[in-house]
Amino acid sequence: MLSVNALNTSYPNERGEIVKAVQNVSFEVPDGKLFTLLGPSGCGKTTTLRSIAGLEKPTSGQISVNSRIVYSSATNTFVAPNKRGFGMVFQSYAIWPHMNVFQNAAFPLEVGGKRPPRKEIQDKVMRVLAAVRLDHLAEREATKLSGGQQQRLALARALVMEPALLLLDEPLSNLDAKLRDRMRFEVKRMQRELGLTTIYVTHDQSEALALSHEIAVMSEGQIMQIGTPQDIYERPANKFVADFVGVTNFIEGSVLGAHEDGGYVVDTPIGALGVVSADLLRVGDDVMVSVRPEDVVLSEQRPEGRNVFESVVDVRVFLGEYRDFQVKVGERLLLARAHPSIGTAVGEKTYIQLNPEKCVAIFGERKKKAA
Amino acid sequence: MEIVDQRSVVLSEKPPLPWQRIDLKWIIIGLSVVVVAYLGLVPLGFLIWQSFFTPQTAAKAAQFTLGNYGTAYTSVETLRLFLTSLKFSLGTAVFAFITGTTLAWMNERTNTPFKNLFFALSIIPLIIPGILFTVAWILLASPKIGLLNLALQSWFQTDYVFFNVYSIWGMIWVEGLHYSPMAFLIMTAAFRSMDPSLEESALMSGASVFQVAWHVTLKLAWPAIFATLLILFIRAIESFEVPALIGLPVGIHVFTSSIYQAIHQYPSNVGLASAYAVTLLLITTVAVYFQSRLSGKGSKYSTMTGKGFRPRPMDLGKWRYLTAGMFILYFAMIVALPFLVLLWSSFQKFYSVPSVDALKTLTFDAYRFVLGYPTLIDSVWNSVVLAFASATLIMLLTSVICWIVVKTKIPGRWLLDNLASLPMVFPGLVLGLAVMVFYLNADIGIYGTLWIMLLAYVTRFMPYGLRYCTTSMMQIHKELEESASMSGASWATNFRRIILPLLKPGLLAGWIYIVIVSIRELSTSILLYSPGTEVVSIVVWELWENGQYVELSALGVMFIVALFALVLFAQWLGRRFGVKEM
Repeated sequence: MLSVNALNTSYPNERGEIVKAVQNVSFEVPDGKLFTLLGPSGCGKTTTLRSIAGLEKPTSGQISVNSRIVYSSATNTFVAPNKRGFGMVFQSYAIWPHMNVFQNAAFPLEVGGKRPPRKEIQDKVMRVLAAVRLDHLAEREATKLSGGQQQRLALARALVMEPALLLLDEPLSNLDAKLRDRMRFEVKRMQRELGLTTIYVTHDQSEALALSHEIAVMSEGQIMQIGTPQDIYERPANKFVADFVGVTNFIEGSVLGAHEDGGYVVDTPIGALGVVSADLLRVGDDVMVSVRPEDVVLSEQRPEGRNVFESVVDVRVFLGEYRDFQVKVGERLLLARAHPSIGTAVGEKTYIQLNPEKCVAIFGERKKKAA
Repeated sequence: MEIVDQRSVVLSEKPPLPWQRIDLKWIIIGLSVVVVAYLGLVPLGFLIWQSFFTPQTAAKAAQFTLGNYGTAYTSVETLRLFLTSLKFSLGTAVFAFITGTTLAWMNERTNTPFKNLFFALSIIPLIIPGILFTVAWILLASPKIGLLNLALQSWFQTDYVFFNVYSIWGMIWVEGLHYSPMAFLIMTAAFRSMDPSLEESALMSGASVFQVAWHVTLKLAWPAIFATLLILFIRAIESFEVPALIGLPVGIHVFTSSIYQAIHQYPSNVGLASAYAVTLLLITTVAVYFQSRLSGKGSKYSTMTGKGFRPRPMDLGKWRYLTAGMFILYFAMIVALPFLVLLWSSFQKFYSVPSVDALKTLTFDAYRFVLGYPTLIDSVWNSVVLAFASATLIMLLTSVICWIVVKTKIPGRWLLDNLASLPMVFPGLVLGLAVMVFYLNADIGIYGTLWIMLLAYVTRFMPYGLRYCTTSMMQIHKELEESASMSGASWATNFRRIILPLLKPGLLAGWIYIVIVSIRELSTSILLYSPGTEVVSIVVWELWENGQYVELSALGVMFIVALFALVLFAQWLGRRFGVKEM
């Protein structure tokens, strides 16, 4: 469906230096899927989205939608954004304050090349307003809408033209937390029902995990990893992804050898640790092991199995639906997330078990850092 | 604040002394209110009162009459005056707006070469006072002695007059050019504050570039456009230099020049001048009212801005050489030519056209004459004293006023705000007239002294000070004061130790601005000065009246250089003390 190939975008900043905002970015999005570009601010995700929209002119690469090439540096093709027929929701919603709700939503139909008859515009707009539950506010001034309503109107406006592709630029970031959670489901429902191919840009990892079919994690203009939410979370390809997506414990170590059940054994400051890795590791390689707090299991009795260590509770915090522990293995602090029924007191001894399947060794992180 | 009052009562061990019983806070507030009301209302009231009376002479006391309005409104002349004023002001506003907006657009949205350099142009109107700009353009484009005419005539071997500054179009040209940097600044701000995603989302909806410009950009910018046009219109209808220097000699009258003439004819007719002034005041009041309403409406449009992207500047291709050429031409017309013509003529013995012969007769005589001019030293001293004193007084006064308006819940504080902003509607000349009329009648011994001018300056520039104060006062969080109160600070301590230091950058910026505009002030001073209280711009005016163009040019060059140095110093000072906006 959407295919982005070796995309590069750079532009001069205020001081005239060239900023390479997007470097060699490639990905494919199948029809009807929701694809998320995830990363911290300044990672190039918005520039990538704007390049797809045609609001930025890339320096090189190719972008095509349904095998229609909208940008190609090889053939010097650049389709203007207003000729691409994509819907877009901006972070600020960009609701035009001088038009009412209906006029805002009807605008894409009125300005397009072939203007449908009045009746048809009326029908289409009311249908899409009904879909976002704004039909009862059609005559209201756009400035009188609440944040969530503006967000839904922006979505309606992007959908009314029945776009080939829907582009969402941090659409939920200006909403308060409760509303954001609700709108998250809303967006997911609409996207799945309409089967619209959607590119979603966000810096919020939980949003990305909840919504996406596939996620591309970006940093400094480059894609760090592309994968399903579960891939990204459970098998991060590098330290950046592990750190950015969710909370994690990093334990550095060096590879001792392979384990007979699969995976490897790594020598770490807390002891020998059984891990898995997507990389092909050799004995003596420096690795960084990432393990999520919820995969650090606490128990007062010594459990059976591998990767069991003795520890002392250092700090514990009650958070309602779970309890966070900071435990000390030797001199090493680890974060663990446990069920609130676990009530080991501060200073008491406890055992921790790290599921080897959830301990992901990332190759070479430490070497790179040293270099 | 109530908390502090009760506390001080509870905590004082001795019974309070009589003078302690009255809170200092209320004394200062009360005093400020009285001063502001006095400054804003009294001249206005007297102006209106005066317009209904006959001239007072030694033989006959003033009598009530409608004759002034009769004279003012029953003649065909007045209709012509009204239409000419309107034509001049509208023409100026539209010309300045189109020039300023085109430049702002080129500067903000295109890749025109060295556009950053031209942002520096915005300070030009600050350093070239209106009277010098007008004189310079007379020297450039007068039909007989104008350099541009003479140059083109010798080029084409003809005696055709190419430019005639002594016409309504000439007046519009000079005035519009002088105010175009102001339009440039306002429209630049408007272009910047517009959320670019509003335009981009229209583009994504499939609208063509023309449709985006028409349906979104223009409609959104409409309040800003209209407000800018109104400000320019107000400035033009209030302006005095161009109508007096260019219009009067050829009988093109507008309100300001007619007021001046009514005062300066013999016998002077204050009543008629007042009747004209009241009419002018009505026009500016209506314009200011609509302008402030539009600004309020504009904020509704600007509330919904995300962080958004700075729009990428449009690539003009080869056209950017054309736009760069326009920039250079504009620069020549607004700075280079006016300054160079003054510089040239300042080195002459008698005013003459640049030529090889004239080059041989270059002389410093004009500078020697000006430096030896009897009133020069006094006038410089007067200008500096007035500028510093009025700036200081205004900033102190308005800081209290705006504290009351912004930070308290005292009922009726909106009235105070409006009172302090009231002088905004006074054209400089009308304010001068009103102050003159009042202190002629209420003789408290300040007429003909520097005090009356100080009073007029403080009144005139008070709204500017208020604006600077309000902007920075809004940024001081209420809790900063409240925590000082909780720490036991009295209101006076609080104001001196917390509010004033936090306001400092805003106060300084306002102070600098008022110093600069006061030093160039002409239209208020012209009715209020007397021998001994001339200011620099009055000396320029006198030289013009005497036909001493060469000497005037020498003084003008020094004046501009001094103002330029002052502006540079102010900017350095501003950077040092963290003043962000100037």
